[in-house]
Amino acid sequence: MARFIARRLLQLIPILLGLSFLLFVWVRALPGGPENALLGERGTPAQLQRIRESYGLDEPVIVQYGKYLERMVTFDFGSSISSRQPVTEEIRQRFPATVELALAAMFFAIVVGIPLGFLAARHHGRWFDHTSIGLSLIGVSIPVFFLAFLLKWLFGVKLGWLPTIGRIDATIDIEHPTYFYTVDAIVAGDWSAFVDVLKHLILPAIALGSISLAIIARITRASVLEVTGEDYVRTARAKGMTRSVVERRHILRNALLPITTVIGLQVGLLLSGAVLTETVFAWGGMGTLISDAIFNRDYPVLQGGILFLAVVFVLVNLAVDVLYAVLDPRIRVS
Amino acid sequence: MSAPAEILGDAGLPIPSRDDERKVGSLLSEAVRRLRRNPSAIVGAVLISLFVLVAIFAPLLAPFDPRRCDVSLLPGPGQVPGPSAEHWLGLDLNGCDELSRIIYGARYSLLIGVVATTIGAFFGLLLGVLAGGVGRKTDNVIMRLVDIMLSVPGLLFAIAVAAVLGRSLGSVMIAIAVVNIPLFARLLRGSMLGQRESDYVTAATSLGVKKRKVVLGHVLPNSIGPVIVAATLALATAIIDAAGLAFLGLGSDDPTTPEWGRMLAQTQEALTVAPQLALFPGVAIVLSVLGFNLLGEALREALDPKLRQ
Repeated sequence: MARFIARRLLQLIPILLGLSFLLFVWVRALPGGPENALLGERGTPAQLQRIRESYGLDEPVIVQYGKYLERMVTFDFGSSISSRQPVTEEIRQRFPATVELALAAMFFAIVVGIPLGFLAARHHGRWFDHTSIGLSLIGVSIPVFFLAFLLKWLFGVKLGWLPTIGRIDATIDIEHPTYFYTVDAIVAGDWSAFVDVLKHLILPAIALGSISLAIIARITRASVLEVTGEDYVRTARAKGMTRSVVERRHILRNALLPITTVIGLQVGLLLSGAVLTETVFAWGGMGTLISDAIFNRDYPVLQGGILFLAVVFVLVNLAVDVLYAVLDPRIRVS
Repeated sequence: MSAPAEILGDAGLPIPSRDDERKVGSLLSEAVRRLRRNPSAIVGAVLISLFVLVAIFAPLLAPFDPRRCDVSLLPGPGQVPGPSAEHWLGLDLNGCDELSRIIYGARYSLLIGVVATTIGAFFGLLLGVLAGGVGRKTDNVIMRLVDIMLSVPGLLFAIAVAAVLGRSLGSVMIAIAVVNIPLFARLLRGSMLGQRESDYVTAATSLGVKKRKVVLGHVLPNSIGPVIVAATLALATAIIDAAGLAFLGLGSDDPTTPEWGRMLAQTQEALTVAPQLALFPGVAIVLSVLGFNLLGEALREALDPKLRQ
């Protein structure tokens, strides 16, 4: 197992190097070159000169790339043009918001998706099955931001049940040691703040989790149907085991591997979707950070934000690979 | 006595008989037959046809010019008249006819979807053929490049590309195309590697057929099935991504362009007074994407040899 993890970690090095090179080229390709891109039109000649020096733009490209790598490794992306804060600090405050939202979305997708797919397979070919297939097809066809609009209008504007803006009510004042608002509320021991944070989380999580829900439900259905036809399930039934034991111990457990694979694949979708969902719900996470950066042409933030999310994506994929290897010993061998 | 020359190939082996040809033809016709029997395929095809017809005949169908807007038609600032006999879907916040904008929006979505998928598939397939057909070294280099491209989540990658290229429809197309390249490359490579061990490849190689001819004439045509399915589904994703980029302000630099994503973004502030302005472009996106998803899934089933009875 340790050898497997070590091998996968080694495979990461060329990917991260390549990715950093792509971003290196990317910053140089931005309109106006890096000095203008990093300072915007407000840059004074002195500032432009300083950037040119700090980026070593007069030096050979290979030296520039070396210095650039050094900054990337220390997560030094410079400062935001609009807020003047270091990009790293912006990320430290915003990333927990996105993680909180993505986890809530994933929770929703799994808790609803797996039972839905399982029930659809159990009622294979009947109306429940057809309805769930139809719904899941609509689920993968609906843009995240449109669903977010619909939810916001129905539950926020029309029914007034749930808040639709931000992560916490503006009148509630708690300390933010972790920037995970649910954790912060628990640390502060403020129950009403905790409930308020959860209420703010519901609609964005449903909007963001809907596509994953549809995908998880479909793969659960297909996987359960496949396993149900296996010989060992027939044997278990023939032995006289009860339906619930067969379903739980034989069908669901064996159907879980492809489901885990698909759940792991959702991370990229969630990170992409977060950019759009957060924009609709003014959720102060990485998504709004990036979409604001596009709007303000805040390239240091855009560069830092995208590189950071890409690294997270690569690491999560690695973790998922390791998890499969734990679940399925065949992967370790191949 | 030797067999007559017309039934022997170059190496003296029997060439495929008419029966085999009929069998090949029947596989294709069986796929078509299965597609025609599949209600999802029919609904998908109908939705796509509708979408394409609306896009092509937009100038004939749209009752008004989508770019000619008249703010004086609005009852007051922030107020929008709903559907009426003259304006079937009402007016938008700038006093433009909503129906005409939706109709013209189909053109942009279709154009972006088709162009982005075609460019992405072309370069992806090129890389895929090189990776799957040339040799281990080329394969390694290309696949590491593909891994790097796949290490950035799709929409973020498109955002980064579009930010470099500036705000225009062309940059949206290129951004989405670039995101598609590694997906097609990996898919075709995998499909080709699966075919490489097949009997017909061994047969062709042992008959002395050149490697290039084996790859392009035998392996590629046999590996293309999953690519057709992926292209149909990629079109659906391209339409959603294009709407997403427009929603984030990375679409065309002309604010009067009737893009569905941009129309949705523009109604964000008016959600309380005119929710229909979000509903119409949203439904248009869902229906067109649903069409490609339905057809793509049906194609997958029709082309899957495991499902053949």
